[in-house]
Amino acid sequence: MFGPTLINHKNERIQKRVQFLFGVMLFFLIVPVVLIVGTLLVKGSGIISWSFLFHDPTNGMTEGGIFPALFGTIWLVTVSLLASVPLGVAAAIYLSEYAPDNLLTRLIQLATINLAGVPSIVHALFGVGAFVVFFRFGTSILAASLTLAIMTLPVVIVSSWESLQSVPRSFREACWNMGATRWQTIWHVVLPNAFTGILTGVILQVSRAAGETAPIMFTGAAMFLPFLPSSVFDQTMALALHLFVVTTQVPNVPESLPYGVALVLVGIVLLMNSVAIWIRMRLRRKKKW
Amino acid sequence: MVDDRSGHNKIEVRDLTISYGNRPVLRQVALEVRAHEIFGIIGPANSGKTSFLNAVNRMDQMRSNMRVSGSIRINGIDTRSWRNVYALRRKIGVVFPLPVGLPLTVYDNVALAPRLAGTAGSRAELDERVERCLRRAALWDEVKDRLHHLGSLLSGGQQQRLTIARALSQSPEILMLDEFSIAVDPVTTMRIEDVLRELKAEMTIILVTNLVQQAHRLADRTAFFLDGECVEIGETEALFNGGAVDPRTHDYLGGKFG
Repeated sequence: MFGPTLINHKNERIQKRVQFLFGVMLFFLIVPVVLIVGTLLVKGSGIISWSFLFHDPTNGMTEGGIFPALFGTIWLVTVSLLASVPLGVAAAIYLSEYAPDNLLTRLIQLATINLAGVPSIVHALFGVGAFVVFFRFGTSILAASLTLAIMTLPVVIVSSWESLQSVPRSFREACWNMGATRWQTIWHVVLPNAFTGILTGVILQVSRAAGETAPIMFTGAAMFLPFLPSSVFDQTMALALHLFVVTTQVPNVPESLPYGVALVLVGIVLLMNSVAIWIRMRLRRKKKW
Repeated sequence: MVDDRSGHNKIEVRDLTISYGNRPVLRQVALEVRAHEIFGIIGPANSGKTSFLNAVNRMDQMRSNMRVSGSIRINGIDTRSWRNVYALRRKIGVVFPLPVGLPLTVYDNVALAPRLAGTAGSRAELDERVERCLRRAALWDEVKDRLHHLGSLLSGGQQQRLTIARALSQSPEILMLDEFSIAVDPVTTMRIEDVLRELKAEMTIILVTNLVQQAHRLADRTAFFLDGECVEIGETEALFNGGAVDPRTHDYLGGKFG
């Protein structure tokens, strides 16, 4: 009476095929990641040393280290975060918590999502027009960072907005009914519970900002500079551009050098992501509903 | 403090009409809630009971499409003329159908309202207040050893009592409960009902329920809402003992529909 019927067998067969298919897809997803990181490790790890990380490039960038580029990337990412995170999170809070749910708000949300898909070279040209020329920042860290900020802003807004929306509405209602203002509700209940999501979005943008070449090459990154930038109005070298330069623009570069640069770039991104995951895990232990 | 002796009108509602967009959910309601009574509101789903509570609490301010007309007077003062709507809401505690344990510790859940209002006082005073509220909500014995564990990890029935403790922490003059027993087991429901009978001495209680028998057990007077209309208001005993004037009330109480 409780034996499997034909239809049970069929469903079971389909279930097994679907599981296999998804497993295969995951495999194809992982293979390129493993290959990339593996290749970089094999070919690039030999050159990584203290002096590679902390010395200037020498001999027409065919020897020496990458310190100015490493230093510049950290500058660019930091300044762009200082601009994009407060602005983006504030915009997301307004959209999620204050703006009435009407046509205009939805149009703004839609436009923001679409803005995230604009190619980075378009942001680069906007940056040249707006920051380098119009605001007269010249080609500088400031102009390049703001261009990166403009590029990352839509994703910061959208991901923060989604994290805020994922906090149950009943939490807000409970808080309002206690006589809390909207801001008290946001500060004490909504933001603490949306924080991990917002952080994830921000960290993903750090990786993007660190890796993009187009937005900075016209706005503030230089191929080679004999000195470190001393203010945000100086130009700087950057890892992503440096990789492009040593791969395509400079003759007689030893093979391991570009791999080493790429490894450092990937390493920074992985480090940032690990920090984010660590913070998330720490916070998640405290936040449950 | 305005005249708060029992028997006097705590809340007076006149001509209250509520709509969401163009859809009316409550029409021309007039009623009084007396101080220190449990005022029951019964009726099937979509009869406007929850909207009524939201209007008392001025939650229309937080919802762009909710329109309220008519007047609601608390202590004789129209709620629309309260300049500080937050102070008004602090006088009114609300308990929702589904327990809302905020993802804070048990202690912080109860301490949140005093902290937000800036009336938390010293740590010892706050400790004392949290304990008092948890005791009155019949939850203290179960959570006293884990005050600093997450409130949102308590069981459903405990969370509902936590919600009640939180509502009490703002020392409300009015306590509004919206179908509080939906997600609570019968034993806990009975415990909460006992709590409400005791609280009546200190505050006015509005009990919205779709359990007719719960209104019978608890309410001094009961109003019957149906399809956005307040059909009848009367002494609970009289209504349940065949004193209902409107045939619809009679049918609903008799279990013919709803």
